[in-house]
Amino acid sequence: MTSVLDWEATPNPVKENRAGNIGKAVDRYEGPLKVTGTAPYAYEVEPPSPPSYGVMLSAPIAKGRITTIDTKAAEASPGVQLVWTYKNKPAQGPRPERYDFFTPSPRPALESEQVYYFGQQVAIVVADTLENAQAGAALVALTFEDDAKSVILQDHYDEAVQPPGESDTEIGDFQAAFDAAPVTVDDVWKTPLQNHCQMEPCATTAWWDGDQLTVHTSVQMVRFAQNSLAETLMIPAKSVRLLTRYVGGGFGGKGSFYEDLVLASLAARELKRPVKIAFSRQQMMHGTVHRPATEIHVRLGANPDGRLTAMSLMTVTHCDRRGNFTEHASNFARSLYAAPNRLTGHRLVRLDLPVASAMRAPGEASGTLSLEVAMDELAEKLGMDPMELRIINEPEMDPETGKPFSIRQLVRCMREGAQTFGWDNRNPVPSAVRDGRWNIGLGMAAAIRGNFLLPAKASFTVDADGVITVKQGMTDIGTGTYTVLAQIAAETLGVPLGDVRVEIGDSELPPAPGSGGQFGAATAGSAALDAGMNLRKAIAEIAVNDPASPLYGGPSEDITFQDGVIAISNRSERLSELIRRNRPEGLTADGEVRPAADASKWSSHTYGAHFVEVAVDTVTGEVRTRRMLGVFAAGRILNWKTARSQLTGGMIWGVGSALTEGNSVDARYGSLINQDLAGYLVPVQADIGELDAIMLDEVDDKANPMGIKGVGELGISGAGAAVANAIYNACGVRVRDYPITPDKILAALAAEGR
Amino acid sequence: MRPFTYERAVDAAGAVKAAVETPNAKFLGGGTNLLDLMKLEIETPTHLIDVGRLPMAGIEETAEGGLRIGAMATNSHVAADAKVRSRYPVLTQAIVSGGSGQLRNKATTAGNLLQRTRCAYFYDTSKPCNKRAPGSGCGALEGLNRNSAIFGASHACIATHPSDMAVALVALDASVEVLSPSGAARSFPLMELHRLPAETPDKDTHLIPGELITAVVLPPPPDGGQLYRKVRDRASYAAGLASVAVAGGRIALGAVAHKPWRAADAEAALASGASPAEAIAAELEGASANGRNGFKINLISRLVPAAIEEARGQGRGA
Amino acid sequence: MKTTITVNGQAKTLDVDTRTTLLDALRERLNLPGTKKGCDHGQCGACTVLVNGVRINSCLSLAVMHDGDAVTTIEGIGTVEKLAPIQQAFLTEDAFQCGYCTPGQICSALGMLQEVADNWPSQETTDLTGKIKFTDDELRERMSGNICRCSAYPQIVAAIRSIAGDAA
Repeated sequence: MTSVLDWEATPNPVKENRAGNIGKAVDRYEGPLKVTGTAPYAYEVEPPSPPSYGVMLSAPIAKGRITTIDTKAAEASPGVQLVWTYKNKPAQGPRPERYDFFTPSPRPALESEQVYYFGQQVAIVVADTLENAQAGAALVALTFEDDAKSVILQDHYDEAVQPPGESDTEIGDFQAAFDAAPVTVDDVWKTPLQNHCQMEPCATTAWWDGDQLTVHTSVQMVRFAQNSLAETLMIPAKSVRLLTRYVGGGFGGKGSFYEDLVLASLAARELKRPVKIAFSRQQMMHGTVHRPATEIHVRLGANPDGRLTAMSLMTVTHCDRRGNFTEHASNFARSLYAAPNRLTGHRLVRLDLPVASAMRAPGEASGTLSLEVAMDELAEKLGMDPMELRIINEPEMDPETGKPFSIRQLVRCMREGAQTFGWDNRNPVPSAVRDGRWNIGLGMAAAIRGNFLLPAKASFTVDADGVITVKQGMTDIGTGTYTVLAQIAAETLGVPLGDVRVEIGDSELPPAPGSGGQFGAATAGSAALDAGMNLRKAIAEIAVNDPASPLYGGPSEDITFQDGVIAISNRSERLSELIRRNRPEGLTADGEVRPAADASKWSSHTYGAHFVEVAVDTVTGEVRTRRMLGVFAAGRILNWKTARSQLTGGMIWGVGSALTEGNSVDARYGSLINQDLAGYLVPVQADIGELDAIMLDEVDDKANPMGIKGVGELGISGAGAAVANAIYNACGVRVRDYPITPDKILAALAAEGR
Repeated sequence: MRPFTYERAVDAAGAVKAAVETPNAKFLGGGTNLLDLMKLEIETPTHLIDVGRLPMAGIEETAEGGLRIGAMATNSHVAADAKVRSRYPVLTQAIVSGGSGQLRNKATTAGNLLQRTRCAYFYDTSKPCNKRAPGSGCGALEGLNRNSAIFGASHACIATHPSDMAVALVALDASVEVLSPSGAARSFPLMELHRLPAETPDKDTHLIPGELITAVVLPPPPDGGQLYRKVRDRASYAAGLASVAVAGGRIALGAVAHKPWRAADAEAALASGASPAEAIAAELEGASANGRNGFKINLISRLVPAAIEEARGQGRGA
Repeated sequence: MKTTITVNGQAKTLDVDTRTTLLDALRERLNLPGTKKGCDHGQCGACTVLVNGVRINSCLSLAVMHDGDAVTTIEGIGTVEKLAPIQQAFLTEDAFQCGYCTPGQICSALGMLQEVADNWPSQETTDLTGKIKFTDDELRERMSGNICRCSAYPQIVAAIRSIAGDAA
């Protein structure tokens, strides 16, 4: 088994970075396709023959069953080729009672007459054109028995259970320490149900060639979707080729897959022609997964010098009736601040709502909206600067496990951010700074997000032109995977970036877990590095054994790879020449990465600090984000440009979660009321002022062979809390029920007679 | 969408004739609202009469010293028109606070007036809505009705009219010109175009079937400052929580009623010397909170005096 | 219904279903899927194209309404081999991540810059009678009809600014 210590001790081309490809602000590999509109997303792939179009019909009730079905009008509608409901759908593998992200399992569509959540897909109409399919779908007549439903978290606390297989973690005696603490904060924060709102709705294009299925779909995890689809269709996995080359946003929501994939595959088989199905924007809100709401009870106890003596986060959250997902909003607190007495845990309520699952930084995104505001409140009670309060409580080792940190530069993030942002200019007295009709406030918060490494494989091929092709069943959901794989390949094999090709998003390629949990770059990249190292060895072996090569005789361990040339001191030749002579068909090497056996001996996270300036109109309650800076420490950065974009994107998600985002549940219908992009408000361009992210120099050699970590989720962690804290500094109002909309600010101002 | 036939009108008279003679026909202007609703099968016309290219897009001076804005003038063109900007800045401000650049480039003056509510229960066809399906009930009344009406609502409907432009036009005392199926043209105050919901919220306006809006006419600009202020959850591209248009002594409110709301009581109070705060308080005596929209009363009571003061400042400066 | 639209400089005559939107005509009939469907209801801007030089949401327009019009889509702005300056700027500034909103952002940016050049006002314009001061806030407001869920907003501002300068 690999050890973290081996990673740390062993040099490799990425660490050495001789050609400087690592860290460089390289343009996106697939960027030219994206800016010209020529990157085909799943619905846009051209099938071998003209496709039919599927349109799904969604349940208008939250719980109950389908009582009557009349599809005659739909079937008679022009161009309609197929109408399926649960009554006549094809046989599919049975759904397991409970399922999770990482274990493939059947996901039958149009399963039964039962409706488990509003928006569940209950029928499909396929027609020769999209217009005919849409018109046909409107003619499917279904009636339902609408049962009593439980959809409001607060109404069902009595049903809250400990999530399966989990327990609360208590260190010391939290209650006693909290009761004895001279300064305390004790409040509840609420975060709403949120939706991913990827710009590309879920979509699939499917066709069959005999028993062989080809599906282009929009998912984050290739193998998981391929295997689950095969089990659903009850065919061998090798009969399914699943491709997902361009994904129009994922954010966790495409970690799963949906009925478009299953029904397009089934309908294409039935009709013997390609079928395309896309979710409508409205169907995305209910019919895919969401981030569940949380209620987080935060209790902090501190001495007058600011040292925390007691800290507790207890989260109540929800998942769907048949699910198991828990929004672990308390977990991050286990590693963030020192406090001798600690209590954290979660309670889960199962509701008749759509399926809850992961959304960008599950846990941290919600959890930091509570604790990182509570720390601001505590700082005010103590009369301390909120950044200094955090620094005083900086732990020397993981405060819960006692493990050493692999590396932790949170304090440096805060200090450098404070200086660059001008934190010194903050007036700690709320409502003290005005600019025209706006009250101005500054706020800050810390960021933390776990670091993960999963098993993955990759292959590298060098051809007779000296071009390196990276192959991996990985995805790029906007994260920059194509680009960083190309950089790793260029650096490892010493070829120009332009001589690297990257093929990903295909189940026929060596498997990688996909994009999620900000583990993508570390996981996929480490496997790629290994493949590159193995290819170097294979090339070296050939060179030293080829009498025609100037490198003949070796020593092979002295071979350098640079600018497409392999050399031993002054003996050299072009890599392409060697390959042309010896392996004109190309030379391939495989690689893989597995988590180190001793990885769990360290507490490994990414860190950051956010600084925000907001303006609050105290007449109307409107908030504007004027200026925002994040400083982050996340290991070695593979690509300064794409990493920064991931971080700034996350920060803007934080602004959205603080100010505008959230689905409202109507208890009577069990449905979300804002179910389109006019109702669910994600930030727009005008919401975001000046905003930047800075990445500290850092190497975390205990994280993986490259010493890198993820950045895709770190940016959102704490960002919304910094906005909330800035709002308080601007106008003296704390709103603990997100999002902080004008009506809530006005209510608080009015309550104080302001 | 349900199948429909399509014709491009060659003149206004022909369009009106077609609308009367073809069952279940609708005029199509820019399409930004009608097509949105047709895709959801909230609107299900079987014939569309495209009036978008009728020669009714001009903006001309009137003999009275006002402006006549053609019904098919796009929102962008009206907002950018030099005459509008210099003499009716409140109208430009209102228009550019609505929708997005792309939508304003397509949306027409008449279409903007005739756009339907953005009430979530109207848009969700699985919910009861008396405006969409008369007699089905009102999902919003007891629902998540944060953005509903505080003036003039009925037990049948608490939807609001979403237009920003119309609020400014009401404050400017605009009138509407329509062509009737009889062939006669008629003109009436814009304030009288939209209805309150009462028992028949499915009817948004007082237009009779087949009538085509041909123009909006502005009287000469009033004395005093003009200002439009819109409050919403995000900085742009979002429906208003409340808005106010001030044009001299005239005040209209948006996103608070089934129609652009002329604050007549506030105007009267102002005219008799009341302070802006007193004036809006007088108006708000007629307001009522429905469930979750009560904050709008507070919001209006703060927003309007601030807007009046700001407009007065501009008026003095002008 | 017979409809002739000039798309990226080429006249295309289609027999089109009256229900077909301009967006679906481009994507499903004319093999121009660069224009994206994000919401199909005018709420995201991914479908933005230029019609007779003016930016609109192609999802809220019927193909039959555009008989005789000239439509420019992302495919008509530049190619992989020869990127237009705005496309190169988006690439250089990393003004996109997943890329799905990008064609709409680029078309919208071009339309927007023309609107600024024509001195059209926006919500951010304080002086309605003078020449537009093309500040970053003006740019942000004018690009707010194009949602980018990856939230490349600061990079989009930088990209547009790099080709537009301080005044369009």
